[in-house]
Amino acid sequence: MSATTAGPAPTAAPAKAPKVETPFRRFVSEFFESKIATGALLVFVCIVLVAVLAPVISPQNPYDLAQLDIMDGRLEPGSRNADDTMTYWLGTDDQGRDMLSGIMYGLRISLIVGAGSAIAAALIGASLGMLAAYAGGRTDTVIMRLVDLQLSFPTILSALMILAFLGKGIMNVVFALIVVEWAYYARTVRGTALVERRREYIEAAQCLALPTRRIIFRHLLPNCMPPLIVVGTIQIARAIALEATLSFLGLGVPITEPSLGLLIANGYEYMLSGKYWISFYPGIALLITIVSINLVGDHLRDVLNPRLKK
Amino acid sequence: MSVYLLRRLIQAALVMLAMSVIVFVGVYAIGDPVEILISPDADQAEKARAIAALGLDKPLWEQYLSFLSNALRGDLGRSFVFNEPALQLIGQRAPATLELAFGATILAILVGLPLGLYAGLRPNGAGAKAIMAGSILGFSLPTFWVGLMLIMVFAVQLGWLPSTGRGETAEFLGMRWSFLTWDGLRHMAMPALNLALFKISLVIRLTRAGVRETMLMDYVKFARAKGLSPQRVIGVHVFKNILIPVVTVVGLELGSTIAFSVVTESVFAWPGMGKLIIDSINVLDRPVIVAYLMSIVLMFIVINLVVDLLYSVLDPRVRLESKG
Repeated sequence: MSATTAGPAPTAAPAKAPKVETPFRRFVSEFFESKIATGALLVFVCIVLVAVLAPVISPQNPYDLAQLDIMDGRLEPGSRNADDTMTYWLGTDDQGRDMLSGIMYGLRISLIVGAGSAIAAALIGASLGMLAAYAGGRTDTVIMRLVDLQLSFPTILSALMILAFLGKGIMNVVFALIVVEWAYYARTVRGTALVERRREYIEAAQCLALPTRRIIFRHLLPNCMPPLIVVGTIQIARAIALEATLSFLGLGVPITEPSLGLLIANGYEYMLSGKYWISFYPGIALLITIVSINLVGDHLRDVLNPRLKK
Repeated sequence: MSVYLLRRLIQAALVMLAMSVIVFVGVYAIGDPVEILISPDADQAEKARAIAALGLDKPLWEQYLSFLSNALRGDLGRSFVFNEPALQLIGQRAPATLELAFGATILAILVGLPLGLYAGLRPNGAGAKAIMAGSILGFSLPTFWVGLMLIMVFAVQLGWLPSTGRGETAEFLGMRWSFLTWDGLRHMAMPALNLALFKISLVIRLTRAGVRETMLMDYVKFARAKGLSPQRVIGVHVFKNILIPVVTVVGLELGSTIAFSVVTESVFAWPGMGKLIIDSINVLDRPVIVAYLMSIVLMFIVINLVVDLLYSVLDPRVRLESKG
């Protein structure tokens, strides 16, 4: 991921020898040193592929009511359908929907909402953080006060507040997630940018009378990327988990576009009668997604944090 | 110190005022206040009377002032569903949420600190790696799903613990508490563990990171060079310094634990504030929503204030910096 963004710092311009160690190459080789992180990245790529290809590879379209048979409701994993034409490998829900297909489609919603809100929040947060660091003074104070205020309230509370005002719906959930997350990016970027802007290469760029926009985007921003990447990775996982939680509580996505969280919520009432699979398998899918992202993010933090290097 | 205290108090009051504006705008301006504050069963004449009585025909700033003055007198409206003052309703549900949150916090510290210390001191050992893997799981597992799995295993399959509800309660300080009875404790075990999982991971990570960074500090090297016993170096020099971030975060997390108990309470049908707010949102019982939001915001501001003050006592640099 983000192969170009972690690119070489201008100060470390390497000679043109073929096998020279650039920061980016060092980063890649250090990242793949960890088998766990490599495996996690692989798993995550597979999950994204499954979500993207869901309409092609899923056994049925879980939202095409014509394909559903209420007679197949709440079947155990591995049972055959009424016409004996397909097997429900992960069982069916109360409407006779194949859980495997439901999970594949649910993954799409979860990933789109999670990644979409994380990227939007990163854009907004990073811009504001950069502005705060570069402009300083009153702008800095105002932005950082807002960040402090936002961070002093737990994510679920802010999200709950927004959804209580706006009502449920995918766009409202995305909006709530952006509001909840932007402050993390702003704080991270500001912290790094404050350190970086005192470096010689920024001074050199300023001496060359480069336009401010160029200094910020071409010189400052690339060097603030490493912590931003780490925060971004973790925040995607958190956004997915928060979306699932909100949907589970009935405040998130509508029933017509169920994410993994809503699938789990649907199985809640059947849990006590021992029909575990309706909640269990979507949960496993959610878990694998979040864990793989977190493992990658965790290792990125170790690789990109110079304080932990010997 | 008193200047610092005064400044933080004024700040806290300002934040509270800002939040009251946000909640007011959210409920009165974005939503339709007639629909929000007047029961949908009311007929046309009743509605007109209620609009006049609530002052909804007045300009917005005047409405805000009356909302604020009512709020200051503790009047945040009556619940449509329970027909009780909304604030009183929140107060009745608060003990259930509080005992759950405190139980989870205590569990997090008792489990998290020793594990984090161990993982920080032997960062490359197999035990430390297992602990860290476990903590990643604790962060990653969605709370509500873990709760469901706990119910599935311990209530449905094994039948050891009750799945939902609060169980028997006993009265103490005029409120009903579950932790005073055996049955109540049995009901509390799973929700408290469920709520604590995230905090346990957090405490483990904070402690481990703190230990790893502190062990490289010059004063630790010096203490060891002086020939102090490892127990004393770790127990006094290292421990004291890692406690600052841990205290801050656990303190701040208490508020977030109360907020996140919304999820746990919904899973385990624990009759606290969190269950109340979700039910209220689902039936659009908005006076209760407003009362919950305002009281939890107030609680957060108080917690932040207390943690900040505690922090300035533990770390004098904070206090000195704010003077300059």
